[in-house]
Amino acid sequence: MADWIEACEADDIDEEDVLRFDHEGRTFAIYRSPDDEYFATDGLCTHEHVHLADGLVMGDIIECPKHNGQFNYKTGAAKRAPVCVNLKTYPTRVEAGKVLIQIG
Amino acid sequence: MQEKVAPMAKRDYDLMGASGRRAVEAGLAAAEWYHTEVPRKQMKELMQRSDGPAIRDTAIWLTAIVLSGLGGIWFWGTWWCVPFFFVYGTLYGSSSDARWHECGHGTAFRTGWMNDVVFQIASFMVMRNPVTWRWSHARHHTDTIIVGRDPEIAVMRPPDLARVILNFFGVIDVWHSMSDLVRNAFGNVSDAEKSFIPEQEWPKVVRAARVHLSIYVATVLLALFMRSWLPLMIIGLPRMYGAWHMVLVGLLQHGGLADNVTDHRLNSRTVYMNPVSRFLYMNMNYHVEHHMFPMVPFHALPRLHELIKHDLPTPNRSMLDGYREMVPAFLRQLRNEDYFLKRELPPTAKPYREEFHDLVVQAAE
Repeated sequence: MADWIEACEADDIDEEDVLRFDHEGRTFAIYRSPDDEYFATDGLCTHEHVHLADGLVMGDIIECPKHNGQFNYKTGAAKRAPVCVNLKTYPTRVEAGKVLIQIG
Repeated sequence: MQEKVAPMAKRDYDLMGASGRRAVEAGLAAAEWYHTEVPRKQMKELMQRSDGPAIRDTAIWLTAIVLSGLGGIWFWGTWWCVPFFFVYGTLYGSSSDARWHECGHGTAFRTGWMNDVVFQIASFMVMRNPVTWRWSHARHHTDTIIVGRDPEIAVMRPPDLARVILNFFGVIDVWHSMSDLVRNAFGNVSDAEKSFIPEQEWPKVVRAARVHLSIYVATVLLALFMRSWLPLMIIGLPRMYGAWHMVLVGLLQHGGLADNVTDHRLNSRTVYMNPVSRFLYMNMNYHVEHHMFPMVPFHALPRLHELIKHDLPTPNRSMLDGYREMVPAFLRQLRNEDYFLKRELPPTAKPYREEFHDLVVQAAE
């Protein structure tokens, strides 16, 4: 059964930005969209496993800092080469000012 | 500048060769590279994309290309065409490299399709298959100057100085570009290309090559029909007679510096340049900064430089200063291919992690 894990305080992330979250040997990226919604994906780029939390958020896009590959962080879809493989996404919700993600 | 001599080793630059396999075994491939610490808030500001600077740059670039080209055509047949074609050729054959590069990274414009359009135009001008070279450049950033892994090492060791000089006129590069173009257009993607291009992209390599080849064939036919070199002076030949500035600035990027290291401060060079060259080059003279933080767009590189220069080797004061250290290094590498220039760090910098680099100081003095 998938668990809801507390990742961070909602205010830990600026609007249109991303934060790294590590949990039990896995790494995730938590996003705050320009519309103040929260999303979560695997934390490593599917191209060469670089931390996306060092990258740039533009609208609903996360750009990898190493090769400028882009994903839609809301859907995980790979949008721009050199990324070809989609990112895994995780359900996210905010409760009492904290961001929770559901990881299996 | 400290001189470094490492043990003799035979380099195999073939992407399918022994050096590449050794690099993978040694953990040099897709390794973690050194980064200067930059607070997230400041990095976000530097990474911000904007269409304005690139629209301005592209407007100036294309206007200058069109006007100089028209001047060359107007005065064709007289010596007055020479200065026009000098400008046209430099813009077409040299500064296209910088536009190919920045737009290939997707950092020139904020708007994606604008990057793609300029990338395609510039790729054609600089005679690069837009699919192949997008992927080879990704590999170059993953494994910068890692022998047997980086497909974009401009000067291999020992340096082939004749090749370097000929490439100021694009001779060797155009030969290889045209050979690859025809090969790709006939459906052949080489094993080396397949090693860094994903399989689903191979048909695109072929398609792009056919488009480029068609344009060259049409240009040659027009030249034959007109019984004139003029069409080729406009399309194709500028990659040769205009390549000089691209090579002049490009050699300084990594020339004479370390290979098989995972710190861009050791294998890349930042050079202060005049404003005309920086326009042609789109600020790629800030090369250490670019490799360390490729998500920073060209217009923010001077600000990034100011922010992190305390942690980087002192930039060369000018291209001449850069060549004064680089050319002797090339000459020395003719006798000892392991020789390289070790970039000295200022006292404010974090030291090189000597334990991660195969640097052995032997008495060179």
